[in-house]
Amino acid sequence: MSTDVHNNNTHEDHDYTTTGLNHRKMLMWAFLGSDCMFFGALIATYLVYQGKSLVGPYPIDVFDIPVTSVSTFVLLMSSMSMVLAYAALTQNKINGFRIWMASTAIMGATFIGFQVYEFSSFSTFHVDIESCAEQKVKYGKFDDYEAELCSNAKEDHVETHDGLKPQTNLFGTTFYTLTGFHGAHVTLGIVWILSLLFLSYKKGMITPERHLDVDLAALYWHFVDVVWIVIFTVIYLFGVFPFPGS
Amino acid sequence: MSSLPIPVPNIKISRPVNPTGIWSWITTVDHKRIGIMYGITAFILFLSGGIEATIMRLQLAGPELDIVSAAIYNQLFTMHGTTMIFLAIMPLSAAFFNYLIPLQIGARDVAFPRLNAFSYWTFLGGALMLKLSWIGGATDAGWFGYAPLTSIDQNPGKGIDFWILSLQILGVASLGSAFNFIVTIINLRAPGMTWMRLPLFTWMSFITAILLVLAFPVITVALIELTFDRYFAFNFFNVANGGSVVLWQHLFWVFGHPEVYILILPAMGIVSEVLPVFSRKPLFGYATVVLAGAIIAFMGWMVWSHHMFTVGLGPVANTVFTITTMLIAVPTGIKMFNWIGTIWGGSLKLNTPMLFSLGFIAMFLIGGLSGVMHAVSAHDAQQQDTYFVPAHIHYVLFGGAIMAILSGIYFWFPKFSGKMYSEREGKLHFWLMMIGQNVTFFPMHFVGLDGMPRRIYTYAEGMGWDLWNAVATAGVFILIAGFLVMINNLGRHWRNGPTATNDPWDARTLEWSISSPPPHYNFEEIPVVRSLDDWWETKYGTHEKAVPVSGSSDDAHNSDIHMPQPSYWPAVTSLGLFVGGYGIVFNDLLFPYLFAGIGLLITVIGVYAWSLEPVNDPE
Amino acid sequence: MSKEEIHHPTAKQYFRIAMVLSVITAIEVAIFYLEFLGYWMVPILVVLSTGKFALVAMYYMHLRYDHKLFTYLFVSGVVLATVVIFAIISLFSFGIGRW
Repeated sequence: MSTDVHNNNTHEDHDYTTTGLNHRKMLMWAFLGSDCMFFGALIATYLVYQGKSLVGPYPIDVFDIPVTSVSTFVLLMSSMSMVLAYAALTQNKINGFRIWMASTAIMGATFIGFQVYEFSSFSTFHVDIESCAEQKVKYGKFDDYEAELCSNAKEDHVETHDGLKPQTNLFGTTFYTLTGFHGAHVTLGIVWILSLLFLSYKKGMITPERHLDVDLAALYWHFVDVVWIVIFTVIYLFGVFPFPGS
Repeated sequence: MSSLPIPVPNIKISRPVNPTGIWSWITTVDHKRIGIMYGITAFILFLSGGIEATIMRLQLAGPELDIVSAAIYNQLFTMHGTTMIFLAIMPLSAAFFNYLIPLQIGARDVAFPRLNAFSYWTFLGGALMLKLSWIGGATDAGWFGYAPLTSIDQNPGKGIDFWILSLQILGVASLGSAFNFIVTIINLRAPGMTWMRLPLFTWMSFITAILLVLAFPVITVALIELTFDRYFAFNFFNVANGGSVVLWQHLFWVFGHPEVYILILPAMGIVSEVLPVFSRKPLFGYATVVLAGAIIAFMGWMVWSHHMFTVGLGPVANTVFTITTMLIAVPTGIKMFNWIGTIWGGSLKLNTPMLFSLGFIAMFLIGGLSGVMHAVSAHDAQQQDTYFVPAHIHYVLFGGAIMAILSGIYFWFPKFSGKMYSEREGKLHFWLMMIGQNVTFFPMHFVGLDGMPRRIYTYAEGMGWDLWNAVATAGVFILIAGFLVMINNLGRHWRNGPTATNDPWDARTLEWSISSPPPHYNFEEIPVVRSLDDWWETKYGTHEKAVPVSGSSDDAHNSDIHMPQPSYWPAVTSLGLFVGGYGIVFNDLLFPYLFAGIGLLITVIGVYAWSLEPVNDPE
Repeated sequence: MSKEEIHHPTAKQYFRIAMVLSVITAIEVAIFYLEFLGYWMVPILVVLSTGKFALVAMYYMHLRYDHKLFTYLFVSGVVLATVVIFAIISLFSFGIGRW
């Protein structure tokens, strides 16, 4: 009977599926769709509070677009290196796989390093008398608050406030939460990638036949990358843009 | 972690082999056992929520009673709401998902059996965490926890922390099971089980799972923001620093309104299964019912601000959400007509499940109509925060979801227990329920329109609310009597009732084609599905016998069926979350966040061991 | 599973995509400094980063070569998140406005 065909399949470790697609991969995609809503809610919070901070520092004071551009670039490259690791594995080049995995993890760690640097420099931000003039040129805009800060700083030769902490204002609260959760996602990805890298030294754990294990990690990693693409544009680039009312 | 240096440590805790007793339950990955555990746990929690409600009704039985203090009363209504929604109706639905979906689609188990076990244990951990918070003061900010009632200044106790953390843990459980069922329904349908042959309960569960997956992250974020506000003095809902309390409302209801459909869609699915069986007619307009369910799920995202009409969102927003809310009544109405069309001209058998389903239609209709009344934003201004709103929610969730779930419990009782319950006592339960809930909840309409606010712990004499409050409290005892009859009936007959046949109702879907209770592998041979209501067509239709009936093949065949093996790790991982949750609430014990760290460590160990454990060890 | 690998891009193509992504990022940053664009900056940056998003999703996450179902699962999340973000923002701007 025709049922025999199906029987043989169902016995083998879930190989038979209605759509022919793998369970775990489908789960991963459903999870990523769900995670979009997670970041969506965080971004919505950020945008609703954009320009609503009662005290500084504001995005225009702290953001350093060139530095963030570099870290964005590093994360993009890590995505490439991840996809090359996967390609190497499917062609059974285990050493290539290890090298690309290691470089992905290193680039991910570099990105986290940038974030740590950024967070610490934001949290110790103070108005620099020299840079007051520079900023004016850079953004062609100089709001009253900053003018006041600059003049205060010049007169008193003291720091006017103690940097951007999550508790300082709404910008700090929303910015650190959003980018912090993205950073947590990246960190989890690094742990995952390193785990796979270590497992590849154990016989039979990472093989071209079991490429799905790597594929899932890669999907997660690229997702973290696309989230950053959105964050970079919406939070960083638009963050400095002088929207009306902000 | 367990995969560190190059000589990977070979610490292998072997899988539990044929565990017995309690270990067989802790390590089980069988969807039927997990379903039963879900059902029993959720039913006990449902009763606990009922006790909370009973105490509240006693307090409100007359004016200026002093049975509980105002503080306790606030905790009671908050815990009652949270319990009924997250610990009773959702997991009761989850019990049906677990038990029935694989049976209805002709599968041997769910796609991720261990994830399924993890969902249950995590749910249990979250539930215990919430209910145990009664010790020392539970949450008292209402089940939707509006800011700033939840802020650390207004509410410095641990109750809110328990509420936040337990909801997060329950969220993990719900997400886990929702992912699992999405994949199961897409990917484990038996050959020939096309989308338009899918039983309606499975269809509605599928839509529910998708809603869950998309809605829960939003409440997760809202709760995270609240956590940061409380623990680290962030400014999300801190008005002094420019934050907006309305943002909490938006985030909560963006989740909360789809959540309403998460509660009711499985109930609609159950009713859509029961009515055709006892009308001996196919469901009227199968495709329409499916489509209406999908439209409800889609539109469920467009109506959330109708919970916020009196916030002052402005005439534009109120108008838009009035219109969308009115529109969402249309697909619900379509379903109503389809159900009525199903009964119309059928040869009705008024067994207990059928009575409960009919009761569902009547009660849900009343709830739906008062819902349309709220939908008019101008009208809603009169009803907001009065007893009219609890009246509405109890008609849709008690008269709606709970009635349907009870219908489902009676309907599938022979299947999961293998025994028959007493029809006479079942009908008695039904009538006690119908009378009890109307006596309890209908007067709430009156006192609500008469201006009685919800969530007050007592009221002055002479407001004109005395009579109807007393009536409502009396109704609770009829409901209690009803549930005592039910527990006695089902409890007694589960142990020594008359044996049920495979198909006592002459039903339509695949689960009735196998023995009662089903063997652990469900189907000896995976059935080939040829039409909607395949089992019915097999029995009475034109096509020749397609579904292989159990017992038809030799025993040698059975040893071929490899079922997923039990595992310790799902329970261990859940334990980690539970410990971590407590560790965050009591973060100053011994060392800051010591126990949160321990919980994380247990979780990490659990996850690694889980992912390194093969689905099936070679025997 | 083995069938889909045939369609996968080669390492060279992956590298080319990475170059395109880098160039777009560079253009984005450059546009950011072009003051005269004014409000035009917003749509231009939105289009460019959507392009980046799509490239990564289609090629690196190989949605383009996979079953449509994966695309549906993912895109439903992306679209809904976007819609919810816009809805909440507009509720705040047209509704209670400043607070």
